[in-house]
Amino acid sequence: MNTSQYTPVLLRSRPDRDYKKLDTHLAYGGMRAVRRALRMKPEEVVETVKKASLRGRGGAGFPTGMKWSFVPKRHDKPVYVTVNADEGEPGTFKDRYFLENDPFPVLEGTIITSYAVGCHTAYIYIRGEFFKGIRVMEDAIKQLYKRGYLGKNILGSGFSLDIYVQPGAGAYVCGEETGLLESIEGKPGRPRNKPPFPAVVGLFGGPTIINNVETMADVRLIFDLGAEKFLSMGLPKDGGPKIYGISGHVVKPGLYEAPMGTNLKSLIYDYAGGIRNGKQLKAVIPGGLSTPVLKPDEIDISMDFDSVRAAGSMMGSGGIIVMDEDTCLPEVLKRVTAFYHHESCGQCTPCREGTSWMDRIMDKIIAGKGEKGDIDQMLRVAKQIMGKTICALGDAAAMPVIGFLTKYREEFEAYIENGGCSH
Amino acid sequence: MTIAFSEEAEAKIKEYEKRYPTKRGALIPVLKLAQKEFGYISQDVMRLVAERLGLPESAVINTATFYTMLYKEPVGKFHIQVCTNVSCYLNGSDMIVDAVREKLGINMGETTPDGMFSLEGVQCLAACGNAPAMQVNEDYYESLTPEKVVKIIDELKQKGGDQ
Ligand SMILES: Cc1cc2nc3c(=O)[nH]c(=O)nc-3n(C[C@H](O)[C@H](O)[C@H](O)COP(=O)(O)O)c2cc1C
Ligand code: SF4
Repeated sequence: MNTSQYTPVLLRSRPDRDYKKLDTHLAYGGMRAVRRALRMKPEEVVETVKKASLRGRGGAGFPTGMKWSFVPKRHDKPVYVTVNADEGEPGTFKDRYFLENDPFPVLEGTIITSYAVGCHTAYIYIRGEFFKGIRVMEDAIKQLYKRGYLGKNILGSGFSLDIYVQPGAGAYVCGEETGLLESIEGKPGRPRNKPPFPAVVGLFGGPTIINNVETMADVRLIFDLGAEKFLSMGLPKDGGPKIYGISGHVVKPGLYEAPMGTNLKSLIYDYAGGIRNGKQLKAVIPGGLSTPVLKPDEIDISMDFDSVRAAGSMMGSGGIIVMDEDTCLPEVLKRVTAFYHHESCGQCTPCREGTSWMDRIMDKIIAGKGEKGDIDQMLRVAKQIMGKTICALGDAAAMPVIGFLTKYREEFEAYIENGGCSH
Repeated sequence: MTIAFSEEAEAKIKEYEKRYPTKRGALIPVLKLAQKEFGYISQDVMRLVAERLGLPESAVINTATFYTMLYKEPVGKFHIQVCTNVSCYLNGSDMIVDAVREKLGINMGETTPDGMFSLEGVQCLAACGNAPAMQVNEDYYESLTPEKVVKIIDELKQKGGDQ
Protein backbone atom coordinates (compact mmCIF):
# COMPACT_ATOMS: atom_id res chain seq x y z
CA MET A 1 0.00 0.00 0.00
CA ASN A 2 1.14 3.51 -0.72
CA THR A 3 0.75 5.63 2.38
CA SER A 4 2.10 8.76 0.73
CA GLN A 5 -0.99 9.46 -1.42
CA TYR A 6 -2.49 11.23 1.54
CA THR A 7 -1.37 14.76 2.40
CA PRO A 8 -1.86 15.52 6.09
CA VAL A 9 -3.99 18.53 6.89
CA LEU A 10 -3.80 18.27 10.69
CA LEU A 11 -0.20 17.15 11.18
CA ARG A 12 1.10 19.90 8.94
CA SER A 13 4.08 20.98 11.02
CA ARG A 14 7.46 21.02 9.25
CA PRO A 15 10.88 22.18 10.36
CA ASP A 16 10.95 25.25 8.10
CA ARG A 17 7.62 26.66 9.28
CA ASP A 18 6.99 27.92 12.78
CA TYR A 19 3.26 27.54 13.15
CA LYS A 20 3.49 28.96 16.66
CA LYS A 21 3.67 32.38 15.01
CA LEU A 22 0.35 33.83 13.95
CA ASP A 23 1.94 35.26 10.80
CA THR A 24 2.97 31.81 9.64
CA HIS A 25 -0.49 30.49 10.37
CA LEU A 26 -2.03 33.39 8.42
CA ALA A 27 0.29 32.80 5.48
CA TYR A 28 -1.13 29.27 5.11
CA GLY A 29 -4.84 29.94 5.24
CA GLY A 30 -4.99 30.74 8.94
CA MET A 31 -8.15 32.28 10.44
CA ARG A 32 -10.07 31.76 7.21
CA ALA A 33 -12.29 29.26 9.01
CA VAL A 34 -13.09 31.74 11.78
CA ARG A 35 -13.96 34.45 9.26
CA ARG A 36 -16.29 32.11 7.42
CA ALA A 37 -18.02 30.86 10.54
CA LEU A 38 -18.54 34.35 11.94
CA ARG A 39 -20.41 35.29 8.76
CA MET A 40 -22.90 32.48 9.36
CA LYS A 41 -25.68 32.34 11.93
CA PRO A 42 -24.75 30.28 15.02
CA GLU A 43 -27.40 27.68 14.13
CA GLU A 44 -25.87 27.34 10.66
CA VAL A 45 -22.50 26.67 12.25
CA VAL A 46 -23.99 23.84 14.32
CA GLU A 47 -25.75 22.44 11.23
CA THR A 48 -22.51 22.52 9.25
CA VAL A 49 -20.71 20.50 11.92
CA LYS A 50 -23.57 18.00 11.94
CA LYS A 51 -23.37 17.70 8.16
CA ALA A 52 -19.65 16.95 8.42
CA SER A 53 -20.39 13.98 10.73
CA LEU A 54 -17.65 14.99 13.14
CA ARG A 55 -17.42 12.71 16.16
CA GLY A 56 -15.49 13.78 19.23
CA ARG A 57 -11.86 12.67 19.34
CA GLY A 58 -11.58 12.51 23.13
CA GLY A 59 -12.45 8.84 23.23
CA ALA A 60 -16.19 8.32 23.18
CA GLY A 61 -16.86 9.43 19.61
CA PHE A 62 -19.96 11.42 20.47
CA PRO A 63 -21.32 13.47 17.52
CA THR A 64 -20.02 17.00 18.08
CA GLY A 65 -22.82 18.96 16.40
CA MET A 66 -25.43 17.03 18.36
CA LYS A 67 -23.63 17.75 21.63
CA TRP A 68 -23.64 21.47 20.85
CA SER A 69 -27.36 21.43 20.14
CA PHE A 70 -28.04 20.21 23.71
CA VAL A 71 -27.29 23.68 25.04
CA PRO A 72 -30.73 25.02 26.06
CA LYS A 73 -32.02 27.97 24.05
CA ARG A 74 -32.98 29.77 27.24
CA HIS A 75 -30.62 29.88 30.18
CA ASP A 76 -29.90 32.43 32.86
CA LYS A 77 -26.26 31.56 33.46
CA PRO A 78 -23.41 32.16 31.01
CA VAL A 79 -22.51 29.40 28.55
CA TYR A 80 -18.96 28.04 28.72
CA VAL A 81 -16.71 26.12 26.36
CA THR A 82 -13.86 24.08 27.77
CA VAL A 83 -11.26 22.38 25.63
CA ASN A 84 -10.02 19.13 27.05
CA ALA A 85 -6.22 19.15 26.76
CA ASP A 86 -5.66 16.88 29.75
CA GLU A 87 -4.30 14.08 27.55
CA GLY A 88 -3.36 11.39 30.03
CA GLU A 89 -4.73 8.11 28.73
CA PRO A 90 -1.59 5.98 28.38
CA GLY A 91 -0.68 5.42 24.74
CA THR A 92 -2.16 8.76 23.69
CA PHE A 93 0.13 11.55 22.55
CA LYS A 94 -1.66 13.47 19.81
CA ASP A 95 -2.98 16.54 21.63
CA ARG A 96 0.44 17.44 22.94
CA TYR A 97 1.54 17.81 19.31
CA PHE A 98 -0.96 20.64 18.75
CA LEU A 99 -0.26 22.33 22.06
CA GLU A 100 3.48 22.46 21.48
CA ASN A 101 3.70 22.89 17.71
CA ASP A 102 0.49 24.15 16.17
CA PRO A 103 -1.83 25.91 18.63
CA PHE A 104 -3.85 28.12 16.26
CA PRO A 105 -6.07 25.47 14.62
CA VAL A 106 -7.22 24.46 18.13
CA LEU A 107 -7.92 28.09 19.04
CA GLU A 108 -9.77 28.67 15.77
CA GLY A 109 -11.95 25.67 16.60
CA THR A 110 -12.52 27.08 20.07
CA ILE A 111 -13.63 30.45 18.68
CA ILE A 112 -16.00 28.77 16.21
CA THR A 113 -17.43 26.47 18.89
CA SER A 114 -17.93 29.37 21.29
CA TYR A 115 -19.70 31.39 18.60
CA ALA A 116 -21.96 28.44 17.77
CA VAL A 117 -23.14 27.93 21.34
CA GLY A 118 -23.16 31.57 22.49
CA CYS A 119 -20.18 31.37 24.83
CA HIS A 120 -18.07 34.38 25.79
CA THR A 121 -15.57 32.73 28.13
CA ALA A 122 -13.66 29.60 27.17
CA TYR A 123 -11.00 27.67 29.07
CA ILE A 124 -8.33 25.43 27.59
CA TYR A 125 -7.68 22.87 30.34
CA ILE A 126 -4.08 21.77 29.80
CA ARG A 127 -2.45 18.92 31.66
CA GLY A 128 -0.07 20.27 34.31
CA GLU A 129 2.91 18.32 33.02
CA PHE A 130 2.70 20.13 29.67
CA PHE A 131 4.68 23.20 30.72
CA LYS A 132 5.76 23.83 27.15
CA GLY A 133 2.24 23.39 25.78
CA ILE A 134 0.93 25.83 28.38
CA ARG A 135 3.55 28.44 27.41
CA VAL A 136 2.93 28.01 23.67
CA MET A 137 -0.84 28.20 24.09
CA GLU A 138 -0.67 31.29 26.30
CA ASP A 139 1.55 33.00 23.80
CA ALA A 140 -0.74 32.06 20.91
CA ILE A 141 -3.75 33.47 22.75
CA LYS A 142 -1.83 36.72 23.34
CA GLN A 143 -1.08 36.98 19.63
CA LEU A 144 -4.76 36.53 18.78
CA TYR A 145 -5.81 39.30 21.18
CA LYS A 146 -3.27 41.66 19.68
CA ARG A 147 -4.68 41.19 16.20
CA GLY A 148 -8.35 41.41 17.09
CA TYR A 149 -9.19 37.69 16.83
CA LEU A 150 -10.06 37.57 20.52
CA GLY A 151 -11.58 40.03 22.96
CA LYS A 152 -14.43 42.43 22.26
CA ASN A 153 -16.20 42.48 18.90
CA ILE A 154 -14.00 40.01 17.03
CA LEU A 155 -13.29 41.20 13.47
CA GLY A 156 -16.22 43.59 13.73
CA SER A 157 -18.69 40.70 14.01
CA GLY A 158 -20.20 41.88 17.27
CA PHE A 159 -19.13 38.58 18.86
CA SER A 160 -16.85 38.78 21.92
CA LEU A 161 -14.79 36.02 23.47
CA ASP A 162 -12.10 35.60 26.10
CA ILE A 163 -10.00 32.42 26.17
CA TYR A 164 -7.93 31.43 29.20
CA VAL A 165 -5.47 28.62 29.75
CA GLN A 166 -6.37 26.57 32.80
CA PRO A 167 -3.46 24.48 34.11
CA GLY A 168 -4.07 21.00 35.46
CA ALA A 169 -2.18 19.87 38.55
CA GLY A 170 -1.66 16.14 38.14
CA ALA A 171 -4.80 14.00 38.19
CA TYR A 172 -5.76 11.80 35.26
CA VAL A 173 -9.42 11.78 36.31
CA CYS A 174 -9.65 15.50 35.47
CA GLY A 175 -9.70 14.39 31.83
CA GLU A 176 -13.18 13.09 32.55
CA GLU A 177 -15.38 15.98 31.54
CA THR A 178 -17.07 16.67 34.87
CA GLY A 179 -13.86 16.10 36.84
CA LEU A 180 -12.40 18.73 34.56
CA LEU A 181 -15.18 21.17 35.45
CA GLU A 182 -14.66 20.60 39.17
CA SER A 183 -10.97 21.29 38.69
CA ILE A 184 -11.60 24.59 36.88
CA GLU A 185 -13.84 25.54 39.79
CA GLY A 186 -10.84 25.06 42.09
CA LYS A 187 -12.02 21.81 43.63
CA PRO A 188 -10.66 18.26 43.71
CA GLY A 189 -11.40 16.76 40.27
CA ARG A 190 -14.00 14.26 41.41
CA PRO A 191 -16.48 13.53 38.60
CA ARG A 192 -20.11 14.55 39.02
CA ASN A 193 -23.22 12.45 38.76
CA LYS A 194 -25.01 12.70 35.43
CA PRO A 195 -27.65 13.89 34.69
CA PRO A 196 -27.65 16.81 34.63
CA PHE A 197 -25.32 16.74 31.66
CA PRO A 198 -22.76 19.55 31.37
CA ALA A 199 -24.46 20.94 28.26
CA VAL A 200 -27.36 21.84 30.57
CA VAL A 201 -25.65 22.40 33.95
CA GLY A 202 -21.87 22.55 33.73
CA LEU A 203 -19.14 24.95 34.72
CA PHE A 204 -20.18 27.39 37.48
CA GLY A 205 -23.71 26.11 36.89
CA GLY A 206 -23.88 27.32 33.29
CA PRO A 207 -24.43 25.23 30.14
CA THR A 208 -21.02 23.91 29.14
CA ILE A 209 -19.54 22.25 26.09
CA ILE A 210 -16.45 20.09 26.56
CA ASN A 211 -14.49 19.00 23.52
CA ASN A 212 -11.14 17.43 22.89
CA VAL A 213 -8.17 19.28 21.35
CA GLU A 214 -8.21 17.26 18.13
CA THR A 215 -11.98 17.81 17.87
CA MET A 216 -11.31 21.55 17.93
CA ALA A 217 -8.73 21.27 15.15
CA ASP A 218 -11.32 19.29 13.17
CA VAL A 219 -13.96 21.98 13.69
CA ARG A 220 -11.58 24.44 12.11
CA LEU A 221 -10.99 22.05 9.19
CA ILE A 222 -14.73 21.79 8.54
CA PHE A 223 -14.92 25.55 7.98
CA ASP A 224 -11.59 25.69 6.20
CA LEU A 225 -12.24 22.92 3.68
CA GLY A 226 -16.03 22.80 3.75
CA ALA A 227 -18.28 20.20 5.39
CA GLU A 228 -18.54 18.02 2.23
CA LYS A 229 -14.80 17.83 1.79
CA PHE A 230 -14.30 17.03 5.49
CA LEU A 231 -16.97 14.34 5.39
CA SER A 232 -15.45 12.79 2.27
CA MET A 233 -12.11 12.40 4.06
CA GLY A 234 -13.64 9.83 6.39
CA LEU A 235 -16.74 7.68 6.59
CA PRO A 236 -20.38 8.74 6.11
CA LYS A 237 -21.15 8.40 9.82
CA ASP A 238 -17.68 9.30 11.01
CA GLY A 239 -16.23 12.11 8.95
CA GLY A 240 -12.79 13.58 8.54
CA PRO A 241 -9.21 12.57 9.02
CA LYS A 242 -7.94 10.94 12.22
CA ILE A 243 -4.64 11.13 14.02
CA TYR A 244 -3.43 7.71 15.09
CA GLY A 245 -0.60 7.45 17.57
CA ILE A 246 1.38 4.24 17.28
CA SER A 247 3.80 3.19 19.99
CA GLY A 248 5.44 0.08 21.39
CA HIS A 249 7.34 -2.48 19.32
CA VAL A 250 6.98 -0.96 15.86
CA VAL A 251 9.75 0.12 13.50
CA LYS A 252 8.56 3.73 13.27
CA PRO A 253 6.52 4.76 16.29
CA GLY A 254 4.85 8.15 16.05
CA LEU A 255 1.77 10.06 14.98
CA TYR A 256 0.12 9.28 11.67
CA GLU A 257 -2.73 11.16 10.10
CA ALA A 258 -4.93 9.05 7.85
CA PRO A 259 -8.55 8.89 6.72
CA MET A 260 -10.96 7.88 9.48
CA GLY A 261 -11.49 4.17 9.01
CA THR A 262 -7.98 3.27 7.89
CA ASN A 263 -7.28 -0.41 8.43
CA LEU A 264 -5.59 -1.16 11.77
CA LYS A 265 -3.26 -3.76 10.29
CA SER A 266 -2.21 -1.31 7.62
CA LEU A 267 -1.55 1.36 10.24
CA ILE A 268 0.80 -0.99 12.05
CA TYR A 269 2.52 -2.56 9.05
CA ASP A 270 2.38 0.09 6.29
CA TYR A 271 2.46 3.31 8.27
CA ALA A 272 4.53 2.32 11.30
CA GLY A 273 6.73 -0.12 9.38
CA GLY A 274 5.64 -3.32 11.12
CA ILE A 275 7.11 -5.08 14.12
CA ARG A 276 10.66 -4.26 15.15
CA ASN A 277 13.56 -6.68 14.77
CA GLY A 278 11.60 -9.04 12.51
CA LYS A 279 9.53 -10.27 15.46
CA GLN A 280 5.98 -11.57 15.38
CA LEU A 281 3.04 -9.63 16.70
CA LYS A 282 1.46 -10.73 19.97
CA ALA A 283 -1.11 -8.15 21.02
CA VAL A 284 -2.49 -4.72 20.14
CA ILE A 285 -4.22 -2.18 22.38
CA PRO A 286 -6.16 -0.22 19.75
CA GLY A 287 -7.15 3.07 21.39
CA GLY A 288 -5.45 3.90 24.66
CA LEU A 289 -4.84 1.79 27.75
CA SER A 290 -8.51 1.31 28.65
CA THR A 291 -9.50 -0.32 25.37
CA PRO A 292 -9.62 -4.14 25.33
CA VAL A 293 -6.63 -5.81 23.73
CA LEU A 294 -6.86 -7.41 20.26
CA LYS A 295 -5.12 -10.57 19.08
CA PRO A 296 -3.14 -10.62 15.81
CA ASP A 297 -6.03 -12.26 13.95
CA GLU A 298 -8.40 -9.51 15.10
CA ILE A 299 -6.65 -6.46 13.68
CA ASP A 300 -7.84 -6.58 10.10
CA ILE A 301 -10.47 -3.97 10.92
CA SER A 302 -11.37 -0.42 10.06
CA MET A 303 -10.19 2.07 12.69
CA ASP A 304 -13.35 4.07 13.26
CA PHE A 305 -15.60 4.33 16.30
CA ASP A 306 -18.28 1.83 15.16
CA SER A 307 -16.05 -0.83 13.61
CA VAL A 308 -13.69 -1.22 16.55
CA ARG A 309 -16.68 -1.44 18.87
CA ALA A 310 -18.13 -4.16 16.65
CA ALA A 311 -14.82 -6.00 17.03
CA GLY A 312 -15.27 -6.01 20.80
CA SER A 313 -12.96 -3.13 21.68
CA MET A 314 -12.95 0.63 21.18
CA MET A 315 -11.09 3.13 19.06
CA GLY A 316 -10.90 5.47 22.06
CA SER A 317 -8.25 8.10 21.52
CA GLY A 318 -6.63 6.25 18.61
CA GLY A 319 -3.49 5.55 20.65
CA ILE A 320 -2.34 2.15 19.37
CA ILE A 321 0.09 0.16 21.54
CA VAL A 322 1.81 -2.71 19.76
CA MET A 323 3.39 -5.66 21.58
CA ASP A 324 5.69 -8.24 20.02
CA GLU A 325 5.98 -11.95 20.73
CA ASP A 326 8.52 -11.49 23.54
CA THR A 327 6.26 -9.22 25.59
CA CYS A 328 5.46 -10.46 29.06
CA LEU A 329 1.74 -9.67 29.29
CA PRO A 330 1.40 -10.03 33.08
CA GLU A 331 4.07 -7.29 33.38
CA VAL A 332 1.98 -5.17 31.02
CA LEU A 333 -1.24 -5.80 32.93
CA LYS A 334 0.53 -4.89 36.18
CA ARG A 335 1.14 -1.44 34.70
CA VAL A 336 -2.50 -1.22 33.70
CA THR A 337 -3.85 -2.07 37.16
CA ALA A 338 -1.29 0.19 38.85
CA PHE A 339 -2.41 3.07 36.68
CA TYR A 340 -6.12 2.82 37.45
CA HIS A 341 -5.49 2.11 41.11
CA HIS A 342 -3.38 5.26 41.31
CA GLU A 343 -5.88 7.38 39.36
CA SER A 344 -9.20 6.33 40.91
CA CYS A 345 -10.61 9.36 42.69
CA GLY A 346 -12.07 7.07 45.32
CA GLN A 347 -15.63 8.31 45.57
CA CYS A 348 -17.32 5.12 44.26
CA THR A 349 -16.74 1.99 46.31
CA PRO A 350 -16.60 -0.48 43.36
CA CYS A 351 -13.93 1.61 41.62
CA ARG A 352 -11.90 2.47 44.73
CA GLU A 353 -11.93 -1.05 46.18
CA GLY A 354 -11.90 -2.88 42.85
CA THR A 355 -8.91 -1.08 41.34
CA SER A 356 -6.99 -1.53 44.56
CA TRP A 357 -7.87 -5.22 44.78
CA MET A 358 -6.94 -5.98 41.16
CA ASP A 359 -3.64 -4.18 41.61
CA ARG A 360 -2.85 -6.16 44.75
CA ILE A 361 -3.55 -9.44 42.98
CA MET A 362 -1.26 -8.39 40.13
CA ASP A 363 1.43 -7.47 42.66
CA LYS A 364 1.14 -10.93 44.11
CA ILE A 365 1.30 -12.62 40.71
CA ILE A 366 4.34 -10.57 39.66
CA ALA A 367 6.05 -11.41 42.95
CA GLY A 368 5.75 -15.07 41.95
CA LYS A 369 3.13 -15.76 44.59
CA GLY A 370 0.14 -16.10 42.29
CA GLU A 371 -2.43 -18.79 42.94
CA LYS A 372 -4.73 -20.71 40.68
CA GLY A 373 -7.88 -18.84 41.64
CA ASP A 374 -6.38 -15.38 41.10
CA ILE A 375 -7.41 -15.05 37.47
CA ASP A 376 -11.06 -15.82 38.16
CA GLN A 377 -10.96 -13.62 41.21
CA MET A 378 -9.72 -10.69 39.13
CA LEU A 379 -12.37 -11.31 36.52
CA ARG A 380 -15.04 -11.30 39.21
CA VAL A 381 -13.76 -8.05 40.67
CA ALA A 382 -13.55 -6.43 37.23
CA LYS A 383 -17.11 -7.41 36.38
CA GLN A 384 -18.32 -5.99 39.68
CA ILE A 385 -16.96 -2.58 38.72
CA MET A 386 -18.53 -2.46 35.26
CA GLY A 387 -21.51 -0.12 35.01
CA LYS A 388 -21.62 0.60 38.75
CA THR A 389 -19.68 3.84 38.98
CA ILE A 390 -20.17 7.58 38.59
CA CYS A 391 -17.66 8.03 35.79
CA ALA A 392 -16.23 5.85 33.05
CA LEU A 393 -12.87 5.40 34.82
CA GLY A 394 -14.34 2.38 36.57
CA ASP A 395 -15.19 0.65 33.29
CA ALA A 396 -11.88 1.82 31.85
CA ALA A 397 -10.09 -0.02 34.65
CA ALA A 398 -12.14 -3.18 34.28
CA MET A 399 -12.22 -3.62 30.50
CA PRO A 400 -8.50 -4.13 29.87
CA VAL A 401 -8.30 -6.61 32.75
CA ILE A 402 -11.16 -8.65 31.31
CA GLY A 403 -9.60 -8.37 27.83
CA PHE A 404 -6.13 -9.58 28.80
CA LEU A 405 -7.28 -12.32 31.14
CA THR A 406 -9.80 -13.86 28.75
CA LYS A 407 -7.80 -13.58 25.53
CA TYR A 408 -4.42 -14.56 26.95
CA ARG A 409 -5.50 -16.70 29.87
CA GLU A 410 -2.93 -19.45 29.16
CA GLU A 411 -0.08 -16.98 29.42
CA PHE A 412 -1.31 -15.75 32.80
CA GLU A 413 -1.80 -19.31 34.00
CA ALA A 414 1.71 -20.21 32.89
CA TYR A 415 3.10 -17.15 34.64
CA ILE A 416 1.42 -18.16 37.89
CA GLU A 417 2.62 -21.74 37.46
CA ASN A 418 6.25 -20.80 36.71
CA GLY A 419 6.47 -17.60 38.76
CA GLY A 420 7.49 -15.58 35.72
CA CYS A 421 7.52 -15.26 31.94
CA SER A 422 9.48 -17.97 30.17
CA HIS A 423 11.67 -15.65 28.08
CA MET B 1 6.99 31.62 60.05
CA THR B 2 5.32 34.40 58.09
CA ILE B 3 5.56 34.22 54.34
CA ALA B 4 4.21 36.56 51.68
CA PHE B 5 3.73 36.60 47.92
CA SER B 6 6.16 38.64 45.85
CA GLU B 7 4.88 41.68 44.00
CA GLU B 8 4.95 39.86 40.67
CA ALA B 9 3.01 36.99 42.10
CA GLU B 10 0.47 39.37 43.56
CA ALA B 11 -0.03 40.95 40.13
CA LYS B 12 -0.62 37.52 38.64
CA ILE B 13 -3.09 36.58 41.34
CA LYS B 14 -5.12 39.69 40.54
CA GLU B 15 -5.15 38.62 36.91
CA TYR B 16 -6.28 35.08 37.82
CA GLU B 17 -9.08 36.38 40.01
CA LYS B 18 -10.62 38.14 37.02
CA ARG B 19 -10.90 34.90 35.08
CA TYR B 20 -13.53 33.22 37.23
CA PRO B 21 -16.95 34.14 38.59
CA THR B 22 -16.09 32.58 41.98
CA LYS B 23 -13.26 33.14 44.47
CA ARG B 24 -12.38 29.48 44.48
CA GLY B 25 -11.92 29.42 40.69
CA ALA B 26 -8.48 30.98 41.02
CA LEU B 27 -7.34 28.43 43.59
CA ILE B 28 -5.40 25.96 41.43
CA PRO B 29 -3.51 28.58 39.39
CA VAL B 30 -2.68 30.36 42.67
CA LEU B 31 -1.50 27.14 44.34
CA LYS B 32 0.75 26.47 41.34
CA LEU B 33 2.10 29.97 41.57
CA ALA B 34 2.68 29.51 45.30
CA GLN B 35 4.61 26.33 44.62
CA LYS B 36 6.86 28.25 42.25
CA GLU B 37 7.43 30.91 44.90
CA PHE B 38 7.93 28.72 47.94
CA GLY B 39 9.07 25.37 46.52
CA TYR B 40 6.24 23.30 47.89
CA ILE B 41 2.80 23.62 49.45
CA SER B 42 3.42 23.62 53.19
CA GLN B 43 0.78 24.25 55.84
CA ASP B 44 1.93 27.85 55.94
CA VAL B 45 1.50 28.20 52.19
CA MET B 46 -2.01 26.76 52.36
CA ARG B 47 -2.89 29.24 55.10
CA LEU B 48 -1.46 32.11 53.08
CA VAL B 49 -3.42 31.11 49.97
CA ALA B 50 -6.64 30.72 51.97
CA GLU B 51 -6.21 34.16 53.48
CA ARG B 52 -5.29 35.81 50.21
CA LEU B 53 -8.26 34.37 48.29
CA GLY B 54 -10.69 34.68 51.19
CA LEU B 55 -11.39 30.94 51.26
CA PRO B 56 -11.77 28.61 54.24
CA GLU B 57 -8.53 26.80 54.95
CA SER B 58 -10.35 23.47 54.63
CA ALA B 59 -11.19 24.26 50.98
CA VAL B 60 -7.54 24.89 50.20
CA ILE B 61 -6.38 21.73 51.98
CA ASN B 62 -9.08 19.72 50.22
CA THR B 63 -7.89 20.83 46.79
CA ALA B 64 -4.14 20.91 47.47
CA THR B 65 -4.09 17.32 48.72
CA PHE B 66 -5.95 15.97 45.68
CA TYR B 67 -3.37 16.87 43.04
CA THR B 68 -0.05 15.05 42.70
CA MET B 69 1.78 17.98 41.12
CA LEU B 70 1.11 20.13 44.16
CA TYR B 71 3.94 18.91 46.39
CA LYS B 72 3.16 18.71 50.06
CA GLU B 73 6.79 17.82 50.79
CA PRO B 74 9.93 19.40 49.38
CA VAL B 75 11.36 17.72 46.25
CA GLY B 76 14.88 17.91 44.84
CA LYS B 77 16.10 20.92 42.94
CA PHE B 78 15.87 18.62 39.95
CA HIS B 79 12.83 16.41 40.23
CA ILE B 80 13.30 13.44 37.90
CA GLN B 81 10.05 11.80 36.83
CA VAL B 82 10.44 8.65 34.78
CA CYS B 83 7.42 7.31 32.93
CA THR B 84 6.76 3.70 33.88
CA ASN B 85 3.57 3.11 31.92
CA VAL B 86 3.10 0.59 29.12
CA SER B 87 4.60 2.27 26.02
CA CYS B 88 7.70 3.27 27.98
CA TYR B 89 7.88 -0.12 29.69
CA LEU B 90 7.85 -1.83 26.28
CA ASN B 91 10.80 0.35 25.33
CA GLY B 92 12.91 -0.31 28.41
CA SER B 93 11.82 2.19 31.05
CA ASP B 94 13.01 -0.25 33.74
CA MET B 95 16.55 0.31 32.50
CA ILE B 96 16.02 4.06 32.65
CA VAL B 97 14.87 3.87 36.26
CA ASP B 98 17.86 1.64 37.10
CA ALA B 99 20.26 4.05 35.42
CA VAL B 100 18.98 6.96 37.51
CA ARG B 101 19.03 4.90 40.70
CA GLU B 102 22.58 3.73 40.14
CA LYS B 103 23.84 7.14 39.12
CA LEU B 104 22.31 8.94 42.09
CA GLY B 105 22.15 6.19 44.69
CA ILE B 106 18.50 6.85 45.46
CA ASN B 107 15.31 4.88 45.07
CA MET B 108 11.87 5.89 43.86
CA GLY B 109 10.43 8.55 46.13
CA GLU B 110 13.82 9.57 47.55
CA THR B 111 15.96 12.69 47.39
CA THR B 112 19.76 12.87 47.35
CA PRO B 113 21.23 14.09 50.66
CA ASP B 114 22.34 17.37 49.07
CA GLY B 115 18.75 18.04 48.00
CA MET B 116 19.81 18.27 44.37
CA PHE B 117 17.91 15.34 42.86
CA SER B 118 14.73 13.44 43.61
CA LEU B 119 13.32 10.47 41.71
CA GLU B 120 9.73 9.53 41.09
CA GLY B 121 8.01 7.05 38.80
CA VAL B 122 5.14 8.70 36.95
CA GLN B 123 2.29 7.73 34.66
CA CYS B 124 2.15 8.28 30.92
CA LEU B 125 3.70 11.62 29.91
CA ALA B 126 2.12 11.53 26.42
CA ALA B 127 5.50 10.93 24.84
CA CYS B 128 4.74 7.36 23.71
CA GLY B 129 6.04 7.93 20.17
CA ASN B 130 9.47 8.71 21.61
CA ALA B 131 9.52 6.26 24.49
CA PRO B 132 11.11 5.87 26.96
CA ALA B 133 10.67 9.35 28.36
CA MET B 134 11.15 11.33 31.53
CA GLN B 135 10.48 14.80 32.78
CA VAL B 136 12.84 16.89 34.89
CA ASN B 137 11.06 19.90 36.39
CA GLU B 138 9.48 21.58 33.35
CA ASP B 139 11.46 19.80 30.62
CA TYR B 140 10.85 16.59 28.70
CA TYR B 141 13.61 14.17 27.73
CA GLU B 142 12.59 11.57 25.16
CA SER B 143 13.99 8.57 23.24
CA LEU B 144 16.16 7.82 26.28
CA THR B 145 18.89 5.26 26.76
CA PRO B 146 20.72 4.55 30.04
CA GLU B 147 23.80 6.31 28.61
CA LYS B 148 21.77 9.40 27.72
CA VAL B 149 20.31 9.49 31.22
CA VAL B 150 23.76 9.51 32.82
CA LYS B 151 24.80 12.36 30.54
CA ILE B 152 21.67 14.36 31.32
CA ILE B 153 22.24 13.99 35.06
CA ASP B 154 25.86 15.09 34.69
CA GLU B 155 24.73 18.18 32.81
CA LEU B 156 22.10 18.97 35.42
CA LYS B 157 24.68 18.58 38.17
CA GLN B 158 26.88 21.08 36.40
CA LYS B 159 23.96 23.46 36.09
CA GLY B 160 22.92 22.96 39.72
CA GLY B 161 26.45 23.54 40.97
CA ASP B 162 26.75 26.75 38.96
CA GLN B 163 23.72 28.35 40.52
C1 LIG C 1 -11.15 8.80 33.19
C2 LIG C 1 -11.37 9.56 31.94
C3 LIG C 1 -10.34 10.33 31.41
C4 LIG C 1 -10.53 11.07 30.25
N1 LIG C 1 -9.49 11.79 29.76
C5 LIG C 1 -9.69 12.54 28.64
C6 LIG C 1 -8.64 13.35 28.13
O1 LIG C 1 -7.52 13.40 28.66
N2 LIG C 1 -8.89 14.09 27.02
C7 LIG C 1 -10.10 14.08 26.41
O2 LIG C 1 -10.29 14.79 25.43
N3 LIG C 1 -11.10 13.32 26.87
C8 LIG C 1 -10.93 12.55 27.97
N4 LIG C 1 -11.98 11.81 28.45
C9 LIG C 1 -13.29 11.92 27.77
C10 LIG C 1 -14.06 13.14 28.26
O3 LIG C 1 -14.83 12.76 29.39
C11 LIG C 1 -15.00 13.70 27.21
O4 LIG C 1 -15.80 12.67 26.73
C12 LIG C 1 -14.31 14.35 26.03
O5 LIG C 1 -13.41 15.31 26.44
C13 LIG C 1 -15.34 14.98 25.13
O6 LIG C 1 -14.73 15.54 24.00
P1 LIG C 1 -15.10 15.08 22.53
O7 LIG C 1 -16.60 15.04 22.44
O8 LIG C 1 -14.51 16.13 21.66
O9 LIG C 1 -14.52 13.74 22.34
C14 LIG C 1 -11.80 11.04 29.60
C15 LIG C 1 -12.81 10.27 30.13
C16 LIG C 1 -12.61 9.52 31.28
C17 LIG C 1 -13.73 8.70 31.81
S1 SF4 D 1 -15.51 5.65 38.78
FE1 SF4 D 1 -13.64 5.83 39.98
S2 SF4 D 1 -12.68 7.68 39.21
FE2 SF4 D 1 -14.82 7.74 38.48
S3 SF4 D 1 -15.93 8.87 40.04
FE3 SF4 D 1 -16.05 6.74 40.67
S4 SF4 D 1 -14.27 6.42 42.04
FE4 SF4 D 1 -13.93 8.32 40.92
